[in-house]
Amino acid sequence: MAVTGILLALFLIVHMLGNLKIFTGETSFDHYAHWLRSIGTPLLPETWYLWIQRAVLTGAVVAHIVAATVLALRARAARPVKYAHRKKVQGSYAARTMRWGGVIILLFVIYHILDLTTGHLNPQGDPANPYGNVVADFAPERWYVTAFYTLAIVTLGFHLRHGAFSAFRSLGQQTPKGERRARTAALVFAVALCAGYLLVPFAVLTGLVA
Amino acid sequence: MNLTLRIWRQSGPDDKGRMVTYQVEDVSPDMSFLEMLDVLNERLILDGDEPVAFDHDCREGICGMCGLMINGDAHGPQRGTTACQLHMRQFKDGETIDIEPWRARAFPVIKDLVVNRSAFDKIIAAGGYVTAPTGSAPEAHATPVAKANADAAFESAACIGCGACVAACPNGSGMLFTAAKITQLSLLPQGQPERYTRVIGMVDAHDEAGFGGCTNAGECTAVCPKGIPLNTIGRLNRDYLAATAKRGDTPGS
Repeated sequence: MAVTGILLALFLIVHMLGNLKIFTGETSFDHYAHWLRSIGTPLLPETWYLWIQRAVLTGAVVAHIVAATVLALRARAARPVKYAHRKKVQGSYAARTMRWGGVIILLFVIYHILDLTTGHLNPQGDPANPYGNVVADFAPERWYVTAFYTLAIVTLGFHLRHGAFSAFRSLGQQTPKGERRARTAALVFAVALCAGYLLVPFAVLTGLVA
Repeated sequence: MNLTLRIWRQSGPDDKGRMVTYQVEDVSPDMSFLEMLDVLNERLILDGDEPVAFDHDCREGICGMCGLMINGDAHGPQRGTTACQLHMRQFKDGETIDIEPWRARAFPVIKDLVVNRSAFDKIIAAGGYVTAPTGSAPEAHATPVAKANADAAFESAACIGCGACVAACPNGSGMLFTAAKITQLSLLPQGQPERYTRVIGMVDAHDEAGFGGCTNAGECTAVCPKGIPLNTIGRLNRDYLAATAKRGDTPGS
């Protein structure tokens, strides 16, 4: 869980920084998007690096889901008779919503790839013009798309808040002082990532990026 | 105080069990929760009914026998308190209180609110001990222990093995208990010889007993009557990682 989660979180940081290039203008953003396809050239043929990264990330996602499923099945087996009166969350809300949050994030990732990678669900879907695709996607009349993105990103934020702390803990974070630091770092990381990802759709929605 | 109790009744391990409602009147706010159940049981006996079975021993919060899920809270609403030390002043007159046994596959119900916690004994038997001959108390300065380590070990040693951590865990995991036992021994010099075989053995025994896996949710430490901190699980994880990195079959690794 921890190792695959950290791998995916590192990708999320890079992805967010790449998204923010949209504020540098259409030419710059499109150039960045095309550059992604040529990383590693001439050592690797065109788009090879991208496919290697996609394979690694897919592997990490699958391993992450398998590990989560094993934990969920064990949890279900460990309590065959449920409580008649179950208390609301006392520990952490983020921790209690990891599983359903993960499902929402998975559905979002599938939609997101069909939307802005393959372009099937994008109103423009022009692979040569990613900037235009983003602007068309988050247009004010498609507010529901922005709303779904916001929901997914906030869910991701909760997932990361517990996930990042839990990863530190699983890899051996063991002191009370370190726990406070790890929790703070996880919270700051989750909020920063949420803010970074939400800037783009809201910039388009408000006309800042057009 | 007059209270409505909804109590889990189950005549034996094979009975399906159900919640049964009882009324108790004239409960003093100064009674402990178990004394309130005693009052109910005395009345049930006088009426010719089967009294409610529940575990208890010292009734002063140190033996770890009592354990009830009270309104969905392990050991009730007061933090850092066992059910026997919980007083009825924590409840309101006329309140309905749900009382259930710990729910876990590893803790099967024996009767009513009594569960079999011998799964914890199996975890202890798998490594929760030291093989150093301890004998009578050694000279205090013979084996120096850093104050911080002694304090943290003592904090973990406060675990009374009541099982509240398992009862509260959304995964039905007994990791806080296991981690408390690991931490207590791995921080002290006497626990070093078996440090890395202990962690593997105890975690394996934990998993075999049918407990769930830990996801660091933190519900356990919130209900722990002894306030065992969540970071003990980090100590267990670090020992576990170190133990799996060490190769028992390769000398010098």
